[in-house]
Amino acid sequence: MPKDGIGASTKRREDVRFLTGTGRYTDDINLGKQLYVHFLRADVAHARINGIDTSAAEGMPGVVRIFTAKDFEGVGGLPCGWQVTDKHGQPMQEPKHPIIAEGKIRHVGEIVAAVVAETLDQARDAAEAIMPDLEELPAVVDMKEAVREGATKVHDDLTSNLCYDWGFVEENKAAVDEAFEKAAHVTTLELVNNRLVANPMEPRVAVGDYAAHSDESTLYTTSQNPHVIRLLMGAFVLGIPEHKLRVVAPDVGGGFGTKIFHYAEEAFCTFAAKQLRRPVKWTSTRSEAFISDAHGRDHVSKIQIALDADNNFTALRTDTYANMGAYLSTFAPSVPTWLHGVLMAGNYRTPLIYVNVKAVFTNTVPVDAYRGAGRPEATYQLERCIDKCARELGVDPAELRRQNFITPDQFPYATPVAVEYDTGNYHATLDKALELADVAGFEARAEESKRTGKLRGLGIANYIEACGIAPSNLVGQLGARAGLYESATVRVNATGGVVVMTGSHSHGQGHETTFPQVIADMIGIDASQVEIVHGDTANTPMGMGTYGSRSLAVGGSAMFRAAEKVINKAKKIAAHLMEASEGDIELKDGQFTVAGTDKSVAWGDVTLAAYVPHNYPLDQIEPGLEETAFYDPANFTYPSGTYICEVEVDEGTGQVEVLSFTAADDFGNVVNPMIVEGQVHGGVAQGIGQALLENCAYDADGQLLSATYMDYAMPRAADLPMITVDHSCQTPCTHNPLGVKGCGEAGAIGAPPALVNAVLDALNRNGHAVDHIDMPLSPARVWSAMNA
Amino acid sequence: MYNFEFVKPSSVDEAVAALKDEDAQPLSGGQTLIPTLKQRLNQPSRLVSLLGIADLVGLSESGGEMTIKGATNHATVAAEAASSFPGLAALAGKIGDPAVRNRGTIGGSIANNDPSACYPAAAMACQATIVTNTREIAADDFFEGMFATALDEGEIVTAVRFPVPEASNYQKFEQPASRFPLTGVFVAKYADRVGVGVTGASNDGVFRWKEAEEALASNFSPDAISGLTVPADDMISDLHGSAEYRAHLVKVLTGRGVAAC
Ligand SMILES: Cc1cc2nc3c(=O)[nH]c(=O)nc-3n(C[C@H](O)[C@H](O)[C@H](O)COP(=O)(O)OP(=O)(O)OC[C@H]3O[C@@H](n4cnc5c(N)ncnc54)[C@H](O)[C@@H]3O)c2cc1C
Repeated sequence: MPKDGIGASTKRREDVRFLTGTGRYTDDINLGKQLYVHFLRADVAHARINGIDTSAAEGMPGVVRIFTAKDFEGVGGLPCGWQVTDKHGQPMQEPKHPIIAEGKIRHVGEIVAAVVAETLDQARDAAEAIMPDLEELPAVVDMKEAVREGATKVHDDLTSNLCYDWGFVEENKAAVDEAFEKAAHVTTLELVNNRLVANPMEPRVAVGDYAAHSDESTLYTTSQNPHVIRLLMGAFVLGIPEHKLRVVAPDVGGGFGTKIFHYAEEAFCTFAAKQLRRPVKWTSTRSEAFISDAHGRDHVSKIQIALDADNNFTALRTDTYANMGAYLSTFAPSVPTWLHGVLMAGNYRTPLIYVNVKAVFTNTVPVDAYRGAGRPEATYQLERCIDKCARELGVDPAELRRQNFITPDQFPYATPVAVEYDTGNYHATLDKALELADVAGFEARAEESKRTGKLRGLGIANYIEACGIAPSNLVGQLGARAGLYESATVRVNATGGVVVMTGSHSHGQGHETTFPQVIADMIGIDASQVEIVHGDTANTPMGMGTYGSRSLAVGGSAMFRAAEKVINKAKKIAAHLMEASEGDIELKDGQFTVAGTDKSVAWGDVTLAAYVPHNYPLDQIEPGLEETAFYDPANFTYPSGTYICEVEVDEGTGQVEVLSFTAADDFGNVVNPMIVEGQVHGGVAQGIGQALLENCAYDADGQLLSATYMDYAMPRAADLPMITVDHSCQTPCTHNPLGVKGCGEAGAIGAPPALVNAVLDALNRNGHAVDHIDMPLSPARVWSAMNA
Repeated sequence: MYNFEFVKPSSVDEAVAALKDEDAQPLSGGQTLIPTLKQRLNQPSRLVSLLGIADLVGLSESGGEMTIKGATNHATVAAEAASSFPGLAALAGKIGDPAVRNRGTIGGSIANNDPSACYPAAAMACQATIVTNTREIAADDFFEGMFATALDEGEIVTAVRFPVPEASNYQKFEQPASRFPLTGVFVAKYADRVGVGVTGASNDGVFRWKEAEEALASNFSPDAISGLTVPADDMISDLHGSAEYRAHLVKVLTGRGVAAC
């Protein structure tokens, strides 16, 4: 048996460098003759720029050059990677997204000018001497106001603030409406999915460099997908061919989605470095991160479920306003549509579904994918509405869900919203969660809480997600301007060690530990013999990066395919060495054997033969042992699960305490249980953060009210209970070679509805008839709801 | 941060002299001042550190009064007042995190008079005396509304003198993000009176809830205040809670503070 193969809870090898301060993050990179840029950012949300006087600033000490929009004439805008088609068949409205504000400021934080200087302080000093001549305009903040006739326009050249009005599935709309008319019961719920700031521990950083001798540009950046940045920035913004552009994303301290996108600062540093022939560095402050990192969520929805007299769901319809912010961030249009509408069936058999989404421009920071992206918004609506429905009908919320589950024998199951779930067993995770959370003992615990003056509640939520993003031909039809395959090169060295160059990127997920476990298992060598290389376009094959819980399902599958090719070739070599027929060769525990004989050669003998081909079938195969595979998934993967949360509410103050949290997930096969559990812990922590604490709030003038940690509440260890995680219910994915589904986002998807349901249960069972409270469930909001 | 001159005198007199410079400012633990400097919200010409003055550090008790020198940090108060003045020690022990508590000082907190600072609530409830390099000021006269105090330019808080109560309790209801009090109530019970100091709630900064003090003086139990209401008119309304909510919290926390005494 190889050491640390599939199924081992191997400790994360990358943690050694992270925990000992020897990681190499982008900010650790300092190049000779490096300059620093400070961005002058808008402090108003909406204004016409009549001019920018940089004359006083130009002459200040250390200033090398000041850039404004006019220096970017001829440079492209930041491209959007997904084109959504509206319900009339028209393409979405797609405004230009300039590197530096052109003519108008459209959100607080937008770059107005950039000062490049010898030191950061000099750049900052000079920025204070820049005088923009601004004519303030009314800010557009509220989405419903924004789409009203005659509303102020964020983009003067668009017809309105409506990016698109999407209907899905438009052809089903009439049938859905008809089912509602016939329904025995209809439950309606209006809710807000609160805007969030991702807040990875490491703020964004970019270092641009230019080598005049080779005419090559290099960008070091905090990215989840360096190849995508190379493609977008090279082809659409700066016009640099990919062979003259290298993008390096070294150690990255968390992304959560917000480091997927191509940002103005990256293009700026690359552009300025070439202009000035010196490296240019930008390190975001935390304050800048709040107003320049893409935000997440921000949906306002109305959901309705129709039921027949036997409590079967007969139809579902939703109306959502999705905030795009001032510009379209890289994948923004896809989040409320193809990552949200297609998940609206959830774990249920609802036969008729119609989803309407209006994407709206406002004078706020662009919004894009954040851990879960669209799927949390879908799950939250559905699981909150089902809970309300159970209360209205006076039935057990768990049983109402169970009754409407897709049953195990129905897989593969085609939903009415375009996707086909390959496999799942929702009854299993529900039963598992009910057992682990000791739901049977809840009433006794609730009585106990009452004695101490607290209101106790229990909340359940199921989730389904579409991960392992995604089949390229499918997403192409849906508007993606990219393929979503993944790649890997498996290079075996002469002495048998393996290096895997993957297009996936690890920024906390643990690829450097889990990917070797797969190789170790396939070949039968110790995981320590395998090294993972990622994050540099110069030495990894074209990859699409890490998001959408796709690394192991798509990137791991590419690696698996490449390793298969390597093993097949190695078998040919082994067959030659043992003078046997290739079909009889077996590889186990690092030994090639000939079936039915005691002949064997070791892995290392074969790899050596590949590089020292003295006794080698050179007429049939080439020397060397290195293969590349690109893997394009046949379908999404569909992890699912049941989450149960128990809370206590302090009636006097509205304070919510999370007492316990149980997660029963079906992730298919699990490569490293410890890492999977860690991913669930992290996701649940972020979900609890969204549900209880995090609130990215703007005032009517478009000023961000929660622009620092003094007002933006992040979850801390003390806010979290011990989390019980179970992943024993496994229905392996049927279409990828590893049978894995992905686990990175589940926690953030399932936790918010479980928690909110628990709080509402606590209130309702103690005499407070409250239908809904919008997240975050701050003490003030809970108290107000109880005392409305 | 903008450039400034830094001096670290070893006596109060030297510090006072160094503060004569027009834009000079005292620096104590820096837990409030340094962040504002980093954000370029403040541009002093000179910072006069008080942390080199041995005479400004320490706690002492005599005649029923506890004197805490101005540059004594919160961690020290939390540890050293624990047996004789546990209510105040607990207040100090809940300020910020260990790093903040080991740097931040009582003088800095009192002089800054953040509307959500903890110490001012105790100072008001206990009717403490604020001692400066030139005079002594009663707490009632010292705190003059949000971030405003009776201190003159260049005047230094050298100590705070608290009459030690028979019993006391601080109820800190945390704002979820900053973990400063969204509302905090300090209840102090003396032989002849009860003090109730409220922070975090009012647009006018820290205040004494005098109606409650009177009611509790004759009947020190949560029931004594059940009939009272706190007007919401002058309360703070923000992202984290409305004026009504804060007014409600004042009452709830006062009751809990009394019960915990
Ligand atoms: C993360 C964090 C959490 C916090 N949480 C809380 C909390 O929960 N509750 C709470 O009450 N506080 C909290 N604080 C604030 C903390 O208590 C500060 O230490 C305190 O407010 C200021 O004390 P300082 O010694 O750091 O003063 P400094 O920052 O050095 O100075 C503050 C101001 O007072 C002036 N000053 C300082 N000392 C004197 C003096 N002796 N005489 C005259 N003027 C003086 C300075 O010039 C400056 O204007 C928190 C701070 C942080 C960073």
